[in-house]
Amino acid sequence: MCLSIPARIVSINGKMAEVSAGGSIFKAGLHMIENAKPGDYILLHAGFAIQKISEKEAVETLRIIEEMNNAMNDTP
Amino acid sequence: MDEIITLNQGSGGRLTHQLIEDVFRKYFGMPEPLTDSAIITEAGGTIAFTTDSYVVDPIFFPGGNIGKLAVCGTVNDLAVSGAVPKYLSAAFIIEEGLPLKDLLTIVQTMATEAKKAGVKIITGDTKVVEKGKCDRLFITTSGTGILDPSREHISSGKNIKPGDRIIINGPVGNHALAVLGARNKLSFSTSITSDCSSLNELINKVMMKSTGILFMRDLTRGGLATVLNELAGIIKLGIMVDEDSVPVDEPVRGLCEMLGFDPLYLANEGKLVIVTGSSEAQKVLDIMRSDTLGKQAAIIGEVVPDKRNLVTLHTSIGGKRILDMPSGTQLPRIC
Amino acid sequence: MKYIDEYRDKKVISKLADMISKSVSQDYTFMEVCGGHTNAIHRFGISSLIPDCIRLISGPGCPVCVTGRSYIDKAVKCSQQDDTIIATFGDLIRVPGSASSLEKERSIGADVRIVLSALEALETARLNPGKKVVFLGIGFETTAPGTAVVMKMAETEGVDNFFLLNAHKVMPPAMEAIIRDGVNIDGFICPGHVAAITGSGIFNFIPEKYGLGCAVTGFEPVDLMQSILMLILQKNDNAPKVEIQYNRAVTETGNVLAKRNLSEVFEPGDAYWRGFGVIPDSGMKLRKKYKKLDAENLISAVVSENEDDAACICGEILRGVKSPSSCPLFGTVCVPENPTGACMVSMEGTCNTWFRYKLNG
Repeated sequence: MCLSIPARIVSINGKMAEVSAGGSIFKAGLHMIENAKPGDYILLHAGFAIQKISEKEAVETLRIIEEMNNAMNDTP
Repeated sequence: MDEIITLNQGSGGRLTHQLIEDVFRKYFGMPEPLTDSAIITEAGGTIAFTTDSYVVDPIFFPGGNIGKLAVCGTVNDLAVSGAVPKYLSAAFIIEEGLPLKDLLTIVQTMATEAKKAGVKIITGDTKVVEKGKCDRLFITTSGTGILDPSREHISSGKNIKPGDRIIINGPVGNHALAVLGARNKLSFSTSITSDCSSLNELINKVMMKSTGILFMRDLTRGGLATVLNELAGIIKLGIMVDEDSVPVDEPVRGLCEMLGFDPLYLANEGKLVIVTGSSEAQKVLDIMRSDTLGKQAAIIGEVVPDKRNLVTLHTSIGGKRILDMPSGTQLPRIC
Repeated sequence: MKYIDEYRDKKVISKLADMISKSVSQDYTFMEVCGGHTNAIHRFGISSLIPDCIRLISGPGCPVCVTGRSYIDKAVKCSQQDDTIIATFGDLIRVPGSASSLEKERSIGADVRIVLSALEALETARLNPGKKVVFLGIGFETTAPGTAVVMKMAETEGVDNFFLLNAHKVMPPAMEAIIRDGVNIDGFICPGHVAAITGSGIFNFIPEKYGLGCAVTGFEPVDLMQSILMLILQKNDNAPKVEIQYNRAVTETGNVLAKRNLSEVFEPGDAYWRGFGVIPDSGMKLRKKYKKLDAENLISAVVSENEDDAACICGEILRGVKSPSSCPLFGTVCVPENPTGACMVSMEGTCNTWFRYKLNG
């Protein structure tokens, strides 16, 4: 039930959107998202977009891990 | 003829004969006269014999229909035991009100598929039941074929030992999700099509061009995980599977993530696993990849010593877990 | 798949495993309170990648599992009414009530339909004006806003045959109940999708009041491993705080629009949690304006608070006190095909997960 996956907005019609995840198209309610546009990635849960995914933060997470790893391996 | 199937056509009288004549005998090419039993004269040998019922819902889905399943499924059961499939029977239970054109499409598909597989449908039965007493159409096919005694060990896997390799002919999960997609058109749409196909030609190629095939089984309900667990139980050894090696089409992966399914447990109708010795494995792989139905064939694991006969999965992130038998229905009525 | 594949990268996982093993200096016990986390941990074999001194335990994170038996009894009673359609998420169908289950009712003629969304339930009501449609609203703060949106739509459009049988709950009071219960935990792997809605601020009381660490976590292997590392370092430094690991979806304030929808339709109320009893302010109650859509209006008072089989220890499992292998019924009497307690029914339930991944063996 926590099942929520990142999906890309393909098209928007009023408050409903068609989103694509792994090649399948799902319907998503955009009632809880502001300023959504095609190309945005959202978290799809139980038929609703519950949050936008931040590309910036997504990349940042992986960068921080890399940095930490380098720091830990540099420390004698 | 009427446009829908009615109870009268199932009552055994003139209308039944007309239905059989115009639909079944016409497309299955049964010889005249139609007798109570088909009589087969074959050179003596060991006979393989199998039966299966098909109740898939819906009866039409991307990549096939219930008729295609009914022929391929039974052909495959014969072929994976090493037998050459020869004859099928087909029994139909039709729900009153089924459009005739649907029945015709399905029967024509069966005839086409049978021809492709080199089998003949030589006997059958037709019943029509009241509305609500069966879900549009149920089909039962039985099949028989000749089994060379030198291949008898293939069903039992009794010559398998640790180190032997496990090969699959292609990606898993397509059939289950194609049927689910056809059932849930409103919730989501997908491009996934069923992998329903007759595997006897592929199997024949493998058997002709290599020796040392130790086991074969086709995947249906319960998916890859079920067959591997069954195998482990039969040979009383363990199996190690490399998750990354198991082919899964991208759309199948995506839909599984979304719906919370594991592709290793999903039904297939055109997949089999083959067990062969480690030295033979690459050769078998190459033979399979030269066939349309084996283009994505892959070595997915190996047999290992294990007193508990468990199937262990090396996960895609480098972890390990047990891949158990599925419990209950993940998806109802997909074949 | 974007935002999934990068977070399952073997090389990144390997680096995190390395950092974790270099950072441990004592024993650690971390609890997750989300069925999605329970499943992810076992599906990917996370435990096989971390040292034995780290113990991961499951809490009451499965909304189906913590829902009391009386809720199922009410749902069953609704399904037995004339001209009534039950619209439900899949997992609830097989949960045993006192005498029956929705699956059993369906097999004897009740109209019980699985939906993937509250929107589908509302659409069912629009398409069947002559029938009553009862939507079974279970789930935490991730799922409840969707229900709230649909309740507003039903009210505005005047879809008067749409009803909600409500069992929505909120997480933090249950987490507090576990801490106060004295369960030995060093930190929480906090539910990332709950926090996507509520904001990470809802967990602030945990380090502030109880000195335990929190990592608000995503659902991919990289997320879980990074959170475990964060919690280890917090414990090592004796610096408990709420850290957002899942920052690509979680902020401190969360989804303001979703929260507004929630508070328009629901207000805090007491709720019964299997394994805990009634926890004050842990549930969502329909506000007065929406009470006419309450499915409880359709049925007379329902019998039992009568809970599980005496031998079933789902309650203790949900509180993280015992594990499934200590249950006398686990794997023998109680199996997924024939579950005794809710923890075995739901795919996210601890017992179901343990059974499927053969963790006792």
